[in-house]
Amino acid sequence: MEMLNTIGLFLQSTVQMGTILLFATLGGILCERVGHLNLGIEGMMLMGAVIGFYTGYHTGNGWVAFAAAAVAGGFGALIYAVITVTFLGNQTVTGLVLSIFGTGFSSFVGLPLSTVTMPQSAMAPFRAFKVPLLSKIPVLGPAIFEQSVYVHIGLILAIVMYVYLNKTRFGLNLRAIGENPASADASGINITLYKYIHIIIGGMLCGLGGAYLTLVYVPLWQDGITSGMGWIAVTLIIFSTWNPLKAIISAYLFGALRSIGFKLQNIQIPKIGGGTFILNSQLLNMLPYIMTIVVLVIIALRKKREEQPPGWLSLPYYREDR
Amino acid sequence: MFRIVKRQDMSSRYSSALRIGSIFAALLFTALIIILLGYNPIQVYFKIVEGSLFSKFRITQTIHKMIPLITLSLGCAVAFKMKFWNIGAEGQFYLGALGATYIALNYGSLPPYILLPIMFLAGFICGALWALISALLRTAFGASETLVTLMLNYIATNIIMYLQYGPWKDPAARGFAKIARFSPNAWLPTIFGVQSGWIITVVLVILIYFMFAKTRLGYQIQVIGENTQTARYAGMNVNKILIIAVILSGGICGIAGMMQASGVEHSLTYELSAGLGFTAVITAWLARLDPLSIVVVSTLFSILLQGGTYIQTALQVPSSIAGIIQGVILFFVLASDFFVNYKIIRVKKENAGTAVPVSKGE
Amino acid sequence: MSKYDIELINISKSFGIVKANSEISLSIAPGEIHALLGENGSGKSTLMNILSGIYTPDEGIIKLDGNEVKFNSPSDSIAAGIGMVHQHFKLVDVMSATENILLGLPGGLFIKPKKAAKSIKAVADKYGLKIDLSKKVYEMSVSEKQTVEIMKVLYRGARILILDEPTAVLTPQEIVSLFGILRNMKSSGCSIIIITHKLNEVMEISDRVTVLHKGRSIKTLVTSETDMTELTTLMVGKPISLEIKRAEVDSELKKPILQVTDLTVHNIDKREALDGMSFTLNSGEILGVAGIAGSGQKELCETIAGLQRASSGDVIYKGQSIIKMNPRDIIKKGITMSFIPEDRLGMGLVAGMSIIDNVILKKVQMQKGIIVDRKVGKKAAERIIKRFGIDTPSTHTIVRKLSGGNIQKVLLGREIEMNPELLITAYPVRGLDIGASYNIYDILNEQKTKGVGILFIGEDLDVLLSLCDRIMVIHSGKNMGIVDAKSTTKEKLGLMMLGQNPDDQAS
Repeated sequence: MEMLNTIGLFLQSTVQMGTILLFATLGGILCERVGHLNLGIEGMMLMGAVIGFYTGYHTGNGWVAFAAAAVAGGFGALIYAVITVTFLGNQTVTGLVLSIFGTGFSSFVGLPLSTVTMPQSAMAPFRAFKVPLLSKIPVLGPAIFEQSVYVHIGLILAIVMYVYLNKTRFGLNLRAIGENPASADASGINITLYKYIHIIIGGMLCGLGGAYLTLVYVPLWQDGITSGMGWIAVTLIIFSTWNPLKAIISAYLFGALRSIGFKLQNIQIPKIGGGTFILNSQLLNMLPYIMTIVVLVIIALRKKREEQPPGWLSLPYYREDR
Repeated sequence: MFRIVKRQDMSSRYSSALRIGSIFAALLFTALIIILLGYNPIQVYFKIVEGSLFSKFRITQTIHKMIPLITLSLGCAVAFKMKFWNIGAEGQFYLGALGATYIALNYGSLPPYILLPIMFLAGFICGALWALISALLRTAFGASETLVTLMLNYIATNIIMYLQYGPWKDPAARGFAKIARFSPNAWLPTIFGVQSGWIITVVLVILIYFMFAKTRLGYQIQVIGENTQTARYAGMNVNKILIIAVILSGGICGIAGMMQASGVEHSLTYELSAGLGFTAVITAWLARLDPLSIVVVSTLFSILLQGGTYIQTALQVPSSIAGIIQGVILFFVLASDFFVNYKIIRVKKENAGTAVPVSKGE
Repeated sequence: MSKYDIELINISKSFGIVKANSEISLSIAPGEIHALLGENGSGKSTLMNILSGIYTPDEGIIKLDGNEVKFNSPSDSIAAGIGMVHQHFKLVDVMSATENILLGLPGGLFIKPKKAAKSIKAVADKYGLKIDLSKKVYEMSVSEKQTVEIMKVLYRGARILILDEPTAVLTPQEIVSLFGILRNMKSSGCSIIIITHKLNEVMEISDRVTVLHKGRSIKTLVTSETDMTELTTLMVGKPISLEIKRAEVDSELKKPILQVTDLTVHNIDKREALDGMSFTLNSGEILGVAGIAGSGQKELCETIAGLQRASSGDVIYKGQSIIKMNPRDIIKKGITMSFIPEDRLGMGLVAGMSIIDNVILKKVQMQKGIIVDRKVGKKAAERIIKRFGIDTPSTHTIVRKLSGGNIQKVLLGREIEMNPELLITAYPVRGLDIGASYNIYDILNEQKTKGVGILFIGEDLDVLLSLCDRIMVIHSGKNMGIVDAKSTTKEKLGLMMLGQNPDDQAS
């Protein structure tokens, strides 16, 4: 029973860590599906995280903070969209710059926030609550049904996005844009509008991913709080083959890796021939990054057509180019 | 009504003017932001210049940023020319510093003329090996080097943290988690009041310039960067050249780390780079990978960074404003590139008689 | 009511310094098939892209049923009942036919694939189109893709259909069936504009024909009142014979130079790109290769050049196996390959570098020392420019800035400067106008008389028939047989390209 409890708690923290990655991955999927590689996820997450915290701290209202975080992420994405969609700027560089900008922006806004704590009223809407009956399921119950509503929003979004992409007319059109904008254009689709909308919504989701840290998970502000999760999300987008449902699995998987780092800190492993080797947090913190590299190799080996990126990913499109 | 049309070929003078113009536009735009934040932009800009150039000490500080920044940008440029997106300058910098530190801590009693070259070599090799991981994963499996090098950055910082808090913690530091200071034998000497790394940097600038302008390797790297298919077609061993260039790229970044540890900090900390590895990616790109422009751009960025730390104390403006200014400048430059190839023209308003609904697009 | 469906009046359009259309006028009557005839680069596609809303004209007026309209985007043009089948199909490869047809159409939030399929089928039956709606585009043959494109236009209820070089990629048999469909559409009231540079097709299918030359509309004629000679003169701008000469070579020169035996090559996705292919190429001959696009042409070139690895089989050059050699050693042996891909710059040239740097591309690999020798390169570049009449301001000009014909001459020139004994060339005249094309044919003939063995991969069957000595037909990586170019027919080649044995049919 004790063992089950531990596993339950571990899964709970896995899902929490996974939620951050899930939002960011979903945001990235939306953006890449219209053919835009946005390496600014880390930046947009930080913008969302700091603005969410700032708003929560000043208004004391969690939902207002939630909305503000989305707007902040969406604003970052808007900058990206103006440069890459309208001005046909290099997507890789623009994304990197957005990450640098987001980092600078967040530490600028965040400087006075590093010593304050979030008012209880702002955290209230996101407190974990038990879904009746379902939370009684052993192990899985507490992991999924004894969580913040934030976690559930993430899950629902993933499912909605899956249906949107695969079953609706808008989904069909936006996938076509990512695969071959010239054919989408010739079919009379308003490419620019589609791109703007989906890049911005994608950025909003990234902002919400970052804000989960400052509104629910930690909830404090510290510089660079996302610690590279935006980059991991970029990998998870590929790992989940641009499929929102698979994004749930891959995000939670990496959530687990990060949880291990926190749960197994300072465990002493006996060395052969006496003495102990201390598995300290710095070493364990490397785990998700190392696993990301492993995943990058695995996905590079995939050759199936269905697992390839959108055909026009990271390429500019200008109608009158010959 | 406005329309976008493709330009005919543009003179390089025009495109340079465009770039400089966009930087000024960005500074104007940032000035607006600064006003909105409640500060005086003229004062902020002035203090940035003052804080980076107006005393011998401050100039030294600025140069101490320039040396690693130029070196790192050169390292990035070598890989970028091949369209190998090595975003790992930061990690390669740390590994280079780590290699040099290992030598300095263990063989500190060797005379400088033996010790320093070994440290230099160790810096190059460690940085190169760290970069080599991404090159091998790319050539063997096709893994994306952008993300691999990014992950390697985080791993590198964690390694340094681990060493600093663990095995390499200086027992003499009374519980403070820091790595011991190098023996003076392991310090790069000062020449004209600044660490002598600048000589190495100047030599590197010249070498890289020469490499791209005249040598076979430089030519091959550029062909691969432009068109891998053509390179293979012409009989180049693309993977081999790619690996050589990445080793060079990582090695140069490693040298930057060695110089910073040995010439400035005289030790190693996990904050040694102060993020210059990321800035270098941008400066290299902004300089269009041209070694001489890298010197100019890196100088400007060093002034911005050094001045940024100064205004925090002088005006209580957070130093991260420098990061925002950087971002805005880059956004403007990125957008301005559009006008190298396209122009917006005004179209006379057409008379009525439109039988079809005019679309919302365009 | 106007007597024309569509009128284009004084349309002009420039791309940078290139004036693609200048003051072109064209009018399309209801229910007619109107051919737009002109060489490559005469502005046909640009004009039609303007009509379909992809390009915005600099000047000029478009009238629809007598009313002036303005197309700001393709959706305006679609709404006006105009549909275009582009030369390079605009289909999404990973999607099915149905999905491609439904793209961009208005309707409910959710897609109902079954219902959609039913209504598409109904339209298809009306015009006699055969189509597998659930098939993914990447699994389709060229003619199937074309059917999807036509279907897409018809399903949108277009009454004016534009087809850009629809026959370029089809076999003679497929062309016959395409023309059947076009006649069906005409009889149900559609107007059709067909872009082509082939005179016999103009004569066969069109009611009227408008000839374009160098971006201007020269004349519109009623097809039945003109003939091929008049059209040729209008199209080229001067009286000219369109005959391609076949150089005759002493039979002593002809010795086997390249022997390919049982060559099998697999693609990344493990499919057989070449399947047990065997043939022999002689010195002093041009061996043509005919086949539907994607039948293994690229893989054949690349395997001989050492860029792709074979799974089995052998390539023997002058008695020595080269199958295991790397590209560099193969180049040293005197084999050169030039492949002009659809974008014309993909392989062999570095678009962003100067002519000199492109000319030295292969030499750099052979030379010793660390410093690139650009002096030799400059001399070679000057020689090539002179010999092949390349129009360029200097040897330092960036290749991308040259015109298509000149770019191709740089590539071919560099290869021929290397004095090869075996010349592999794929689509060397792709996108060139008639003058430039004939220039290239002359160069190939000249090489042939010098005793060079030439493997010529082509698209246009007429060219293959008149230029080559023998023609090998390939179909999904297999050699369907080698025929004598002097005695065979287009129809026979067409059947072989479709994978059928023509002798079976005859009997």
